[in-house]
Amino acid sequence: MLKCRAVWRKLAPLARSASTQCRHNVKTALNNGRRQAFVPATHMSTGPAGGGGSENTLYVVLVGAACLGGGAYAYMTVRGDSKRYEERISELASRSAKEAPESQPPVAPEPEEAAPTSEESAPVAELSGETESASAEEPVTETPPEAAEQAAPVLAEAEPVAEVPPEAVEEAPPVVEEAAEEPVTEAPPAAEPETVQEAPTEPAVTSLPESAPAPEPVSAPLTLPSHAPYLLIGGGTASFAAARSIRARDPGAKVLIVTDEPNLPYMRPPLSKELWFSDDPSVTETLRFKQWNGKERSIYFQPSSFYVKPEELTSAENGGVAVLTGKKVIQMDVRGNKVKLDDDTEISYDKCLIGTGGVPRNLQVIEKAGDEVMNRTTLFRKIEDFKSLDNVSRNVKSITIIGGGFLGSELACALGRRSSETGLEVIQMFPEKGNMGKVLPEYLSNWTTEKVKKEGVRIVPEALVKSVAFKEDKLEILLKDGRQVKTDHIVAAVGLEPNVDLAKSAGLEVDSDFGGYRVNAELQARSNIWVAGDAACFYDIRLGRRRVEHHDHAVVSGRLAGENMTGANKPYWHQSMFWSDLGPDVGYEAIGIVDSSLPTVGVFAKATSKDTPKAATEQSGTGIRSESETEATAVTPVASSTPAPVMEHKDEYGKGVIFYLRDKVVVGIILWNVFNRMPIARKIIKDGEEHADLNEVAKLFNIHED
Amino acid sequence: MSYWKDTIIFVTKEDHEAPSNAELVEEDPNDPYEERGLILPSGEINWNCPCLGGMASGPCGSEFKEAFSCFHYSKEEVKGSECLDQFRSMQECMQRYPELYPQEDEKDEKDKQEQATESGANAASEGQKDNDTTESEVKS
Repeated sequence: MLKCRAVWRKLAPLARSASTQCRHNVKTALNNGRRQAFVPATHMSTGPAGGGGSENTLYVVLVGAACLGGGAYAYMTVRGDSKRYEERISELASRSAKEAPESQPPVAPEPEEAAPTSEESAPVAELSGETESASAEEPVTETPPEAAEQAAPVLAEAEPVAEVPPEAVEEAPPVVEEAAEEPVTEAPPAAEPETVQEAPTEPAVTSLPESAPAPEPVSAPLTLPSHAPYLLIGGGTASFAAARSIRARDPGAKVLIVTDEPNLPYMRPPLSKELWFSDDPSVTETLRFKQWNGKERSIYFQPSSFYVKPEELTSAENGGVAVLTGKKVIQMDVRGNKVKLDDDTEISYDKCLIGTGGVPRNLQVIEKAGDEVMNRTTLFRKIEDFKSLDNVSRNVKSITIIGGGFLGSELACALGRRSSETGLEVIQMFPEKGNMGKVLPEYLSNWTTEKVKKEGVRIVPEALVKSVAFKEDKLEILLKDGRQVKTDHIVAAVGLEPNVDLAKSAGLEVDSDFGGYRVNAELQARSNIWVAGDAACFYDIRLGRRRVEHHDHAVVSGRLAGENMTGANKPYWHQSMFWSDLGPDVGYEAIGIVDSSLPTVGVFAKATSKDTPKAATEQSGTGIRSESETEATAVTPVASSTPAPVMEHKDEYGKGVIFYLRDKVVVGIILWNVFNRMPIARKIIKDGEEHADLNEVAKLFNIHED
Repeated sequence: MSYWKDTIIFVTKEDHEAPSNAELVEEDPNDPYEERGLILPSGEINWNCPCLGGMASGPCGSEFKEAFSCFHYSKEEVKGSECLDQFRSMQECMQRYPELYPQEDEKDEKDKQEQATESGANAASEGQKDNDTTESEVKS
């Protein structure tokens, strides 16, 4: 159109001039012969009909051709696509037909069946054909737009697809041979709405492992399970708590714990506390300890008769908990829902918990110092470390503990106690000014340090280790400020490195601030994978993201993970607590974020002789304080009616409550020599309120009473 | 002595005599997040309660659950009198694991159940820390 107009504009003057000429001619003609009254009509507009005629035709031809071409192309495309669609459908149909006959009926004991949840979207691009048992998150998000046209059929398979669907059996590692169960529950792969979502976490688990049957010879010995509905990696406190939780909630559940240690699950706190105070010379073998009130128990959570043998787990009628010791998980295949052990066996799972805890850190200067030094250094964490340190402490003259935190201080006190009998020299050195310098406010840290000294420990504060050397049969520790310490053995208690070895193969996120696997408030890392205990960096709704390395947290988070693995979907809400005893006079319980860099408010009363940990346990008739919480309802502490005689104490911080504040809200509380009041402390943290007068809050604790 | 950020208050018994005026947030009995005691708000038994120790999760867990459920829902005059069969099978199971369930009188068994029920029902118990004690510990 515009072109026409432009052309016309050019032509217009020409046209006019032409018409003027015409008139001129006419006039001449008229003048010549006046007979012609005929005036040729002046053509004012040449119009498109005239001069633009040829261009117009061309235009029409071009447009027409383009339309035809486009139409033809569209037609061809649609035809081709529908052909592809048909092919796809038939392929899927044939595959489902193949799967159906191969699936085996689930075994009776499992009452609950998992509803089909996992889905795949048709778009061929994503499907690799083999890993169909894969995770359910893939489909919906990755749907390309084209799929909408095709109304992608959805193939539903049971979500916890135990094993490898038929195609992938081509690889057929001998162990991994299970029939897929409950394949296509939606048989007609008809057009389905795209937004079929996977069902929420299913509490149920289908029983699967019947791999024993046909393929294997009848005379074969019982093998380790190749599939575990619940697989717990790591055999520590968190795993055990999860196992118990799962068993309580899912009747007949089959739980497999895989640990690289040779031991059954045990509790760690006594390794640096009660076991050292035992009178029994064979304590390193029995690992039994006497609590303050005389009750004895083992550090193992349960004796071996509690557990089912791993080979028998699959066939156990009522399920059970089996522990596979001495095996390490080295690789994790999240899409395939299976793990690989260090002996190349594979175990598949429906739900998995990672409770790998951590490995003690070491000082770089020690690592570089050579074998002689390394052989005389203990990184304390496991039962074998306890055994070896116990042995060492009886055979050397001097032990130095590097580190002033919980572990270091507890070991120092334990060894210090021993030193009074054996003449052992116990030295403790750390960069802070006092014991627990990163936890307690300075005045309290100083007070604690004095107590530790009274236990027979020589404290070397503000010590930064520069180098360690082995000279003249002694270890020589040189500090940065020039001081020197000579000793026979070193215990390094400088922190824990969370074990995130599986992060790479499993594609799990690792937190850069706190270390450990990053998980959400429900402790979930990815579908079907939860993390609990020391290795979990989780989101605490009340206190923010953090990672906690305490025993009760392992229990609480393990229990929560177990609940969520059986479908509870509860966030981390119940605050865990921790405690420490530094000798018979100093004991405290704490909850929340207890960091000495935060502003604190401490409310203290004078301590009487009744306010020590020993007295607390004797009176309430409970065992170690970790038990007292569970029995708090059964036993009420007796309040003394007569005022207790006040002992003469030089130190003013006998007992009290210390509040840790963040933006005026209490985020942490220490109960200093005040026991059986953790529920109140927990409530205050949970409320998260700003309290104007913390003394009023302190009143809630009744610190003057027992 | 201590930094400006650390406040220290010393209080005598008299100082703390007056009741506290600190305000605590009211508890929501139906909070789904809260840890529950032995009996859930719905009246069901919370098998995951730490107060039960390992009873519901051990080898005799299913027998225990049956016996205790029967007892819990029993409406007889002598509570649990119709549950003798379940208790007997639980007893038999426990006898097979003497290490886990050191043998005591059946009467003590029942007493323990009752105590657990009462204490669980009474408190909004926060049975948190769980040392997985063996049977003897829980009973005594």
